[in-house]
Amino acid sequence: MREAWLIFVKDIRQEFKTRYAVNAILLFAIVTLSAVSFAIGTFSAGLEILAALFWIILFFSSMSGLSHIFIREEEAQTADTLKLVARPLHIYLGKFLFNLLLLFVLEIILIPLFMGLMNFAVANLWLFILIVGIGSFGLAGGGTIVAAIISKASTKGALFTVLAFPILLPVLITGISATKTVTQAAAIAEVQGELQALFAYGVVIITAGILLFDYVWNE
Amino acid sequence: MKLIANNIVKRFGNHLVLKKINFEIETGMALAIVGHNGSGKTTLIKILANLIAPSRGSVEYRLSGGTRVPRERIFEHIGLVGPYLQLYQELSAQENLDFFARMRGLKNHRERIRDLMQIMGLQGREHDAVKTYSSGMQQRLKYVSALLHQPEVLLVDEPSSNLDEQGVETVYQLLKEQKQRGILIIATNDKQDLFLADHIIQVKPV
Amino acid sequence: MITKIAKFLLWLAFALVLVGAFFWAPLKEGLGPYTRVLYFHVPVAWMSVVFFLIAAYYSVMYLRKKEIIYDAYAKISNEMGILFAILATVTGSIWAKMIWHSFWNWDPRETSIFILLLIYGAYFSLRAALEQEDRRARLAAVYSLLAFVTVPFFIFIVPRIYFSLHPDPVINAQGKVNMEARQRIVFFSSLITQTIFFLWVFSIRLKQARVKYRLRELNESKLFEE
Repeated sequence: MREAWLIFVKDIRQEFKTRYAVNAILLFAIVTLSAVSFAIGTFSAGLEILAALFWIILFFSSMSGLSHIFIREEEAQTADTLKLVARPLHIYLGKFLFNLLLLFVLEIILIPLFMGLMNFAVANLWLFILIVGIGSFGLAGGGTIVAAIISKASTKGALFTVLAFPILLPVLITGISATKTVTQAAAIAEVQGELQALFAYGVVIITAGILLFDYVWNE
Repeated sequence: MKLIANNIVKRFGNHLVLKKINFEIETGMALAIVGHNGSGKTTLIKILANLIAPSRGSVEYRLSGGTRVPRERIFEHIGLVGPYLQLYQELSAQENLDFFARMRGLKNHRERIRDLMQIMGLQGREHDAVKTYSSGMQQRLKYVSALLHQPEVLLVDEPSSNLDEQGVETVYQLLKEQKQRGILIIATNDKQDLFLADHIIQVKPV
Repeated sequence: MITKIAKFLLWLAFALVLVGAFFWAPLKEGLGPYTRVLYFHVPVAWMSVVFFLIAAYYSVMYLRKKEIIYDAYAKISNEMGILFAILATVTGSIWAKMIWHSFWNWDPRETSIFILLLIYGAYFSLRAALEQEDRRARLAAVYSLLAFVTVPFFIFIVPRIYFSLHPDPVINAQGKVNMEARQRIVFFSSLITQTIFFLWVFSIRLKQARVKYRLRELNESKLFEE
């Protein structure tokens, strides 16, 4: 796993110098959040609707940033360079870690901003964070493998969202449902089913990603 | 080390690019692949480097004992220099080379990097971002990264591209050493490069 | 000879189903003439799922054997699948409008078929964006399988989330079939006949693909002899 870590660190270094993915994902989130807040204006939206809006903003923001990690390698023609020093498994894990970190960075900023701007209150903040956290594993796992797939296609941008949406939909549906519950209930037992589903999804999608990545990466 | 090409065929959709390539080459030998642009030289190099799989046939790397190197470990034994293989532009040369060295599990890579950078005339510029390098310097840096781990097989697509006379001389010296120590395969259109090789394969469009 | 008889029987069966659906089976109380959609909507929805499974199978075969014919099979399966998914959505929506006065309601069945449509749509968008044949085959197969693993999640979570307008009480209250005898006969005949018929059409398309690739193989071996 040392190699996966090295790739992860290398990607962070590159990201630090260009800040491309971070900017894309944060700007998208802020713009969308502002648009939503502005559109709703002085009316107060029900907590259930806000729960759904949160996940929608989270999802579409990640769509603008999660594919960067592979597209960058293809466009800079460093994909073959990477292929010559690393095994597919390590590449997938390294890139997955990067995307996971990217999502966490997004969430650290989005959650307080969303709660503040939209007057979104939950009965149990830590539970909410837990739900988002576990869901992020699924989003990063599925997003990484789909990003790898589209990086080899000719029209990259919109294709990523089209392909990722059905795959990541279980996270979206479960996340929204759990978040809706958390606005009212503080006990972990209330969302136990959803947490299990999110966890199971994370495990399944990452495993599928690891197994299928070889076929995507090796020509 | 032995490199064996077995009836390599490559087809892209309905377009046949390589039609039954066969050869066997060992340590101490150098092979030149020649052909016009678009004839399939680069495709063949990529197949030999395990970047692309052949449509039919196979590439075998056999260690001195006779054991075959499994496909997923071929990269450990080869180095590749080519115009389609770029280094990470935003990172410095040192960061690039450190990364490659660590990924390959090399010990004492700092020394090796320093030596190679010196040989290629890039000393003093290790900490500059690769994107500040001229194309000639980038080409030289590619040689450094390909030779870092002293690969048994070195594949070079267009050895002299982007290099001035001095660069070409240095590279020729390195390639001669590689041939003595291991296997050298070059793909080129430049007649000048051919003196390096003892065997030549000509690839013609199908 | 046997195939001729089989084909004739198939056409006969189909004709009987149509006659049965429109003239013989009684109409369900409350649903009126709209009962008939049942005989065509359910088989078609079922076929879209069958082809999804078949496509996943051929995707696995392609990744294992790397023979382009399996990719052709997978693509044809997905084409049949999306066709039926569209038919199912349209017939379902029409029925929904007639009965519940609303074309779309996001109940679990509607949501599931919509997701299936999305998956098929994504599959073809991916194929369209890839020009190289083997890359296209490989990545499309991977995506098919990726979609396949997420399906179990949909089966479990979608029903939990939304309520159901779907006529479960009519067909499947406790998993039992609540139809009168004649309706049951027509329904199952329709299901079986349509399944056989569309699988037959499917096999013809597969044969077509085989011929095309065999031809290419032959042309290529000629090239080698030169």
